[in-house]
Amino acid sequence: MTNKIRVATTSLAGCFGCHMSFLDLDERLVQLAEVVEFDRSPITDIKHCTNCDIGLIEGGVCNSENVHVLREFRKNCKILVAVGACAINGGLPALRNFIPLEECLAEAYLDGIGVENPQIPSDPELPLLLDKVYPIHEVVKIDYFLPGCPPSADVFWKFLSDLIEGRDPSLPYELVHYD
Amino acid sequence: MRRFIQDLAEENHNQATHLLQILRAIQTRYHYVPMDAIEQLAGLLHIPRTQIISVVEFYSFFHLNPRGQYELLISDSITDHMLGKINLTGYLAKQLNVAVGAVREDGVVSLDNTSCTGMCDQGPAGLVNGYPLTRLDQPRIDRIADLINQQRPLNEWPRELFQVNDNLIKSGLLLGHTIAPGEALEATFKRGFQQTLAEINQSGLRGRGGAGYTTGLKWHLCYEGPEEDAFCDIATQKRQPRYVICNADEGEPGTFKDRVLLNSFAHQVFEGMTVCAAIIDATHGFLYLRGEYLFLYDKLQTILGERRQAGLLGNNILGQGFDFDIEIRLGAGAYICGEESALIESLEGKMGIPRNRPPYPVTQGYLGKPTVVNNVETFLAAAGIAVYGSDWFASVGTEKSKGTKILSISGDCSQPGIYEYLFGTTIQAILNDCGAADVLGVQVGGPSGTFISSQELNRKLAFEDLATGGSFIIFNNTRNILDAVHNFTHFFAHESCGFCTPCRVGTSLLKKQLDKIVEGHGSAGDVVALEELCQLVKNHSHCGLGQTAANPILTTLERYPEIYQSQLKKISYEPGFDLDGALETARRMANRNDAGAHLAQTAEDHE
Repeated sequence: MTNKIRVATTSLAGCFGCHMSFLDLDERLVQLAEVVEFDRSPITDIKHCTNCDIGLIEGGVCNSENVHVLREFRKNCKILVAVGACAINGGLPALRNFIPLEECLAEAYLDGIGVENPQIPSDPELPLLLDKVYPIHEVVKIDYFLPGCPPSADVFWKFLSDLIEGRDPSLPYELVHYD
Repeated sequence: MRRFIQDLAEENHNQATHLLQILRAIQTRYHYVPMDAIEQLAGLLHIPRTQIISVVEFYSFFHLNPRGQYELLISDSITDHMLGKINLTGYLAKQLNVAVGAVREDGVVSLDNTSCTGMCDQGPAGLVNGYPLTRLDQPRIDRIADLINQQRPLNEWPRELFQVNDNLIKSGLLLGHTIAPGEALEATFKRGFQQTLAEINQSGLRGRGGAGYTTGLKWHLCYEGPEEDAFCDIATQKRQPRYVICNADEGEPGTFKDRVLLNSFAHQVFEGMTVCAAIIDATHGFLYLRGEYLFLYDKLQTILGERRQAGLLGNNILGQGFDFDIEIRLGAGAYICGEESALIESLEGKMGIPRNRPPYPVTQGYLGKPTVVNNVETFLAAAGIAVYGSDWFASVGTEKSKGTKILSISGDCSQPGIYEYLFGTTIQAILNDCGAADVLGVQVGGPSGTFISSQELNRKLAFEDLATGGSFIIFNNTRNILDAVHNFTHFFAHESCGFCTPCRVGTSLLKKQLDKIVEGHGSAGDVVALEELCQLVKNHSHCGLGQTAANPILTTLERYPEIYQSQLKKISYEPGFDLDGALETARRMANRNDAGAHLAQTAEDHE
């Protein structure tokens, strides 16, 4: 058991679509589980990372909690991977980058249609929003990038197989060709 | 306004190809291009309003929102920076009480930066409503601020503020042997067109814009026209219109030779165009003059008038039954329009986006017709060769670079200005002539060219070694080379036309990544990432702009890796932006200041 490759995964400002795509490995998950053990991940519900070989990060960085989680992963994972469009570019959540945060918050909590008891949530337990949504490589060092929205199960399979078998990961054109 | 727009469109024959000229007139009159004007123009020119909006947004000198009645632009070339531009701009902003990039509340004045205005030998320079201001210093800025605050019209401003000097310091083969108006045409008619083309070919003349395509071959290919025409009879081929375009969109920072050639040698340039027209059988020519050289426009029109009077232009030139005329079109602040196919798009009244090549302009250029596009200096040289013959030109220079090159020398030297050199001259010899001492390096060919260090001063000016369109910027040892790289990289990000992703996104990423390193937030992996990005932008961009945009970084990274390394932090990684600062808005709105409302800049700091 102890020889298994340890993998952690998380979703920051993402939609869990990349995780769903990962689950599309279907029966290959059984094969994967023979060589891989999952650490912190929505799959295991483990809340914090211990030492891992590979960290897979879905989603961009939109708030202070995302920064802390990302740093925990960086600290504990030998190889950190940006998974999917949001982690790589900010993706859909980054559409708010064109609107000042002040206006976003005002629209959502103060002036928007149907807002009752208008107030900006203020509680030490709530993470604060960053002024913009950032790609994760602008906050910590990232080793590999898996493109796609989401990356297909085959992309995960090819990438992890390469890493696990000690090859330099490479994705053939068919796997990253979208139109 | 309706009347004005209608008259303007009529003056331009309601031709969409004249869109830039029409928009220039509107911008000049209203200090912006109002939406109403766009709606009306769309109807008059029979083009979609969105097409007009895209053109307005594309060119730096057009605006959808009002600029000041006095629109001040300060040149942002590295040479202006070396002459104290930053402090002067700050001083000017203070005197006028306007922020850089903004319009003053009363709408009287706006202030902004603009790409190199081609006054590098007499900077810091600027433009007021399109006219150049040179040798800016505090006293001049005080005067300018007073004139603006008193709202004195430009024609009452002292002339010396607008004084532009040639600073022609060293003449050689071309500038020392200029021709009399008509001389080249007479020689061409006497010798015969095919014979004159043979002379141009034998002279070995190559394009002077930087790329160095053989001029004689270009003219020959244009004369032949597209392949499919070869099967037509001669009469059909003859009916095919052809065009001659002189590229005076001299936008490469540090280049200003074309300004001097057009100011003092315009007859010879026009004559070179006319000789070309005679050879390729064109009846129409354009001088595409960069918008920054508006001050030359009236003078050049006068010269064209003189040439028509003298029978050197117009119908039946020199009684030989050959018709040709030249039209001057102004650009509107877009570096990319120096690329020949983007220039042609611009002449057609569109955004200056480079075309796919092939087909090349020689077969499908302006309006899809065979077109020769040559640099100002190329036409000047061609006229000289038509008079003095190919040997005169080919007997000097190197094997693959015949003749001479006219350089625009600026930066750290005692005598900046125009110098003409034989190809094959060493950089050291040039530096000696212009009084450059304690040299750190030279940027040859502008930002898109090469940076050479003081170890390489025996290299030669030639297509075989250091090719250049004419820009030659000298840096001495007091300069930080990263300042220049920073300036050039920002320049490309600003000037990218936005058509292809590797260049549009890539130049912005280059700018961001370089800034991160220059500002001291970089670590070892960041230089590697920068280099990878450079290769991507260089290898995948659509045109020369993107393909050369990484040159400032690549050429300096190769020569001075230690300068980049010394900027790096000894930590694994640090974000390039202020992480805690990015929480400021949310902190303020949520009224929080607890420990959880802050972030350390790096994970290492945190521990």
